[in-house]
Amino acid sequence: MSIEVKGITKRFGAFTAVEGINLDMPSGDLVALLGPSGSGKSTLLRIIAGLETPDEGEVHLTGREATGLSARERNVGFVFQHYALFKHMTVARNIGFGLEVRKVPQAQIDRKVSELLGLIQLQGLGGRYPSQLSGGQRQRVAVARALAPEPQVLLLDEPFGALDAKVRAELRAWVRRLHDATGMTTLFVTHDQDEAMEVAHRVVIMDHGRIVQEGSPRAIFDKPATQFVADFVGESNRIEAEATEDGLVVWGPLRFAAAGVKKGQLARIYFRPHNVYVTGQLESLQVPAKIVGERFKGAFTELEMDLGAGRRLMAHLPRGLSEASGFKVGDSVWAGVTGYHVF
Amino acid sequence: MAGIAAPSRLGLGEAKLNQVQQDPAWARRLLIFAALLSLGLLLVLPLATILVEALGKGWGTYWAAIGDPEALAAVRLTLLTALICVPLNLVFGVVAAWLLTRYKFRGRDLLLTLVDLPFSVSPVLSGLIYVLLFGLQGWWGAWLNDHNIRVIFAVPGIVLATIFVTFPFIARELIPVLESTGKDEEEAAKVLGASPLRTFFQVTLPNIKWGLLYGVILCNARAMGEFGAVSVVSGHIRGETNTLPLHVEILYNEYQFAASFAAASLLALLALVTLLAKNIVEQRAGRERGSAQ
Repeated sequence: MSIEVKGITKRFGAFTAVEGINLDMPSGDLVALLGPSGSGKSTLLRIIAGLETPDEGEVHLTGREATGLSARERNVGFVFQHYALFKHMTVARNIGFGLEVRKVPQAQIDRKVSELLGLIQLQGLGGRYPSQLSGGQRQRVAVARALAPEPQVLLLDEPFGALDAKVRAELRAWVRRLHDATGMTTLFVTHDQDEAMEVAHRVVIMDHGRIVQEGSPRAIFDKPATQFVADFVGESNRIEAEATEDGLVVWGPLRFAAAGVKKGQLARIYFRPHNVYVTGQLESLQVPAKIVGERFKGAFTELEMDLGAGRRLMAHLPRGLSEASGFKVGDSVWAGVTGYHVF
Repeated sequence: MAGIAAPSRLGLGEAKLNQVQQDPAWARRLLIFAALLSLGLLLVLPLATILVEALGKGWGTYWAAIGDPEALAAVRLTLLTALICVPLNLVFGVVAAWLLTRYKFRGRDLLLTLVDLPFSVSPVLSGLIYVLLFGLQGWWGAWLNDHNIRVIFAVPGIVLATIFVTFPFIARELIPVLESTGKDEEEAAKVLGASPLRTFFQVTLPNIKWGLLYGVILCNARAMGEFGAVSVVSGHIRGETNTLPLHVEILYNEYQFAASFAAASLLALLALVTLLAKNIVEQRAGRERGSAQ
């Protein structure tokens, strides 16, 4: 039930879609492949499924070499972004197709189909056609169809991309529960960081055909390995400034310790808006700032602050804190940065 | 009350919209009249002439002309040609359309151009190509003659020329359909373990069946009605290598107008049946698309 990818490279003409990818997924893992469009994540998924042939490298499924096997022989479950349900078959036949192909007796197929209809909470809708279902229902049928032949691994290509926000949130939670219930090794592709963070145990970030970082959602968020990851995952304050002496970057009133940056070198400093600490009175290591913008974001409030000379900072204040403090536009406050990354 | 007021407001809005979008009434009537007039002069009148001329000397002459052994032989040969050409082009067309839409390969553009070639070449030229290849003075003529195989001025030549001329119909009809359905469903079937044949018959075919049927209808109409290419390779041997269109021409050249138009009325009938079948297929396909959305 494990997936091992070793040194996979795939080119389309002059374009290199993925290059030297290594990925190790032990049995039962739930991994998100996260990256912008064109980063090669879908190509990698399709190579694992056998829908594309790599130019170099190997794919191992459940410890066995599978590179030479066609998609038919790999026994993987694959869920497409646009469902790819068979339009001319009923929901029940769609789900049972993988079993029908394997010449499983009809009675057994019927049993499996009704069991899966229960799992996707669509009991009694087996006789409908895909066109009579909503987008969320169709995608659940697509998952059931992929699960019916009891595949070794489940691969999902942007599974919620075509759905509206509320249905997407429901399906995310459902996929997570499904994984907890079945324990199936699952790999899904997404360009939505929230989706990756919320669903996966482990997030693999891709850019320009390469893996740039992999780790737990928390590790990715708190310790971005590269500037690209810091940019791509979550919101950041980005500032650029020269080191005024070895290991010290000064940006307006703010001073950042930057080990390894030589005097005169340009450094990029990233920090999360929630790592900006805003108070009414000076508490510690803070600098004076003026609030110039305030935006309500539901669970938190976004404050835009001016440190003088056009230097702007974003801060996210949890709802309780922002309401208790009563900050408003025009207030003079104190701001400090509690955690940052230097690239 | 709001419930009643709303639809009437909507109605008013639509009426206004129509006034803005449409031309004045006299212009509309003039355009419709011009269209109907040209349609009548160019299409309906000739069709009516065929029937009038065919029945000009009474039903007796009409039935005699159609029941004539040479006419019957022409009908048989026309049906036989269509019966061979349409299934072959069905297979060629599906394979060509499949290759062109599902694979990217070197020479794809060349193949696409070749599929269209019979449309761009004059049918007479298509016939001539076969004479130059298989005729007695042609490239393979001597060899064929030695082995007693007759292609030109025989049924094989007629079939070959018809296949060539009708080749693009099915492929051309299928390429856009296959392109718009995409390959997601086929890939899904593949990952689920279906063989290529099963994938084609259970997944692809249901999606393209109306386009395919439409192509078959057009291909059949052309196969039965082809004149130019067949005329060059046939040799006009009565009762042997005459198809229905050639039979019409021969009778006409011999001033047997009633008989000629009687034979032509069969082709006209074929045209009407084709139109009817085409409309039914289009309606069905449209209804299915509607229910799929």
